[in-house]
Amino acid sequence: MDLSLSDEQKQLQEQAERFVRDKYAFDARRKIAATERGWLPENWAQFAELGWLGMSFSEEDGGYGGGPIETMIVMEQFGKGLVLEPFLPTVVLGGGMIARSGSKAQKEALLAPMIEGKKQFALAWLERQSRYNLADVSLKATKEGAGWSLSGHKGVVYNAASADHIIVLARTAGSAREPKGLTLFIVDGKAKGLSRRDYPTQDSLRASELTFDKVSAGADAVLGKVDEGFGIVEDGVDRAIVALCAEATGCMDAINAATLEYIKTRKQFGVPIGKFQVLQHRMVDCFTNAQEARSMTLMASLKIDDKDPVVRAKAASGAKVQIGKSGKFCGQSAVQMHGGMGVTDELSVSHYFKRLTMIDLMFGNQQHHLTRYSNLAMAA
Amino acid sequence: MDLAFTPEEQKFADDVRAFVRANLPADVRDKVKNGKHLGRDDYMRWQQALGKKGWLVYTWPKKHGGPGFTPAERYIFENICAEEYAPGIIPFGTKMVGPVIYTFGNEEQKAKYLDPIRLSTVWWCQGYSEPGSGSDLASLRTKAEKEGDHYIVNGSKTWNTMGHWADWIFCLVRTDPKAKPQEGISFLLIDMKTPGITVKPIIMADGGHEVNEVFFDNVKVPVANLVGKENEGWTCAKFLLANERLGIAAVPQSKRGVAALKDIARAEQDNGKPLIENQSFAEKIADLEIQVTALEYTELRVLSAMAHGGQPGPEVSGLKIRGSEIQQRLTELTMEAVGEYSAPYLPGLLWQGTNEAPVGPDYAHLAAPRYFNTRKTTIYGGSNEIQKGIISKMVLGL
Repeated sequence: MDLSLSDEQKQLQEQAERFVRDKYAFDARRKIAATERGWLPENWAQFAELGWLGMSFSEEDGGYGGGPIETMIVMEQFGKGLVLEPFLPTVVLGGGMIARSGSKAQKEALLAPMIEGKKQFALAWLERQSRYNLADVSLKATKEGAGWSLSGHKGVVYNAASADHIIVLARTAGSAREPKGLTLFIVDGKAKGLSRRDYPTQDSLRASELTFDKVSAGADAVLGKVDEGFGIVEDGVDRAIVALCAEATGCMDAINAATLEYIKTRKQFGVPIGKFQVLQHRMVDCFTNAQEARSMTLMASLKIDDKDPVVRAKAASGAKVQIGKSGKFCGQSAVQMHGGMGVTDELSVSHYFKRLTMIDLMFGNQQHHLTRYSNLAMAA
Repeated sequence: MDLAFTPEEQKFADDVRAFVRANLPADVRDKVKNGKHLGRDDYMRWQQALGKKGWLVYTWPKKHGGPGFTPAERYIFENICAEEYAPGIIPFGTKMVGPVIYTFGNEEQKAKYLDPIRLSTVWWCQGYSEPGSGSDLASLRTKAEKEGDHYIVNGSKTWNTMGHWADWIFCLVRTDPKAKPQEGISFLLIDMKTPGITVKPIIMADGGHEVNEVFFDNVKVPVANLVGKENEGWTCAKFLLANERLGIAAVPQSKRGVAALKDIARAEQDNGKPLIENQSFAEKIADLEIQVTALEYTELRVLSAMAHGGQPGPEVSGLKIRGSEIQQRLTELTMEAVGEYSAPYLPGLLWQGTNEAPVGPDYAHLAAPRYFNTRKTTIYGGSNEIQKGIISKMVLGL
């Protein structure tokens, strides 16, 4: 057993650290967030150039043969800088699902250009009533000649406005909330009949509400097999969760570092407030929480390629529970220890806190994954 | 000891409800009900209606022009106002500076300042915290130097709530820099229109503007605006803080919040059923409701003790601690109920009151900003760490 990074992985880590240091100073990030797109094409081009867009894909898919650990390394640094480029929806979710389930033609048409930085993706799974149940899908795809026609609504679709292609989870058979009978379609982002309502999110990302009004999709638009999309999306989301956990770990390190610095320098009653035991103990709990989060993220990154789907699911849910718990503790504590300044927009602390809060809500919160983990663990 | 209301109290409750229904402007009620932000005029219309009735300063005794409510009446009044979606009464005049003036002020000051507070014709704000003086309030450095019949005030105040709407500010200023921290402080009333005052907004994590930094640059304040004796302002400060901490528990608002949370949990879907039928979520709401009940009865005990004489003591700190934690928990559970639909940030809807269409139900986009904003409750009015320090020292003798 060896849990240390290889030389190549260390280089990747340094590269990502450098990117965040050079491009994501807090004020620079504020400017990027204020652009219409919400991220910078030049940064995306740099990701392609550095090989980050292809690092976790196999060589036969045009990638560089890395895996979840490489994703973890980069996502953690993205968390430290609160990076806004849509790496998660495009590379981890979209690219990952196409690599694992796409046809040869789909990989050539979509994955290869994505690795070059020329295509972006979004995953449209959530609906108003879905909460965290991936199978609670009512958007319908009906047969239309050799292809399909999609009608219905999808919500909070991250990166939809920038995505060249949107991967849509649709019901092709079965009843409400039945996993069987769901199909994934890869739809052009500008398809006829597809309309968007775009908005920023609490954590300065971009998302959209999508309405599908008889959007046509060819038979070749199906990702994987008809009626069998659920397994693909569940697996894809579990992998996205693990990447998100790495991002959260980076956020926690950054917010803890900022808080530690603050309580060492902010003076009240003639001493730095870090001299007060009540703050010392809370700071220690923040540190411990971040350690636990890091450990669970590493565990999940190591297990997410396991052959047994139960092992994968437990790893993702276990890590997500820990991230939810630790992220909330570190975020709330950082704000509290910063006092009034922690509640302002001016300091980075509130921005890390917002991102940690949204990470907990994405793809199922702490409670949801506790229930899922409990069901998986007690059945074994 | 009797929990039930007397027939007189029941009649009083009916009167309060009838009054609120007849006098609370419908648009203001809707804004409160839907969690929208209120403007200065929204508050003023409601407060002036209460002022005419004599109920705005409902905590004041009769001899100072208040209604002299009994603890039961006070409880009834606060709860019915909250149930009917009346906006919270802005406390700076009514619960803070007003009682300081009638307790420590001279006759001219009472004559000049109390009526406009009772009638809500003047908007007050607070000048306590400074950038370098938060929890350690007594270290404040804004100075007031006497020149003839004026003080010249220089310095800055922060976390000044709604000062951009205020006519007057009450300030703690240092009048004797050589004395011990608590002994060189005075309590001054300052007209916000005085030359040399600048109000600079602080933008909060939710993107809103409710607090400011206020700068004083050679601001001339008449000596007649000093409340109490020079260098004895700390007595006023402590008296005011104890009153502030009482209202901060916000029990009626939290009761209303629990009811609203149940409504949201009934509307939100979870696996094809209302979320409220999800056992683990329902238990979280139940746990919160029990916490609110415990707080409510603690507050009732304090009010009842106050009715038998005396000002609120250090035990009030406990109300602030639990009340603020409950407010936070409420926003946390609301966001949990809304789930991923908390993500859309719709500033047009949130702040500018435009016709921007909501994404999902109206409550959804408010959930996260409220959660972020409500983190302030365990910080303001003396952070909860400070409150625990007060209890351990003053109540437990540690």
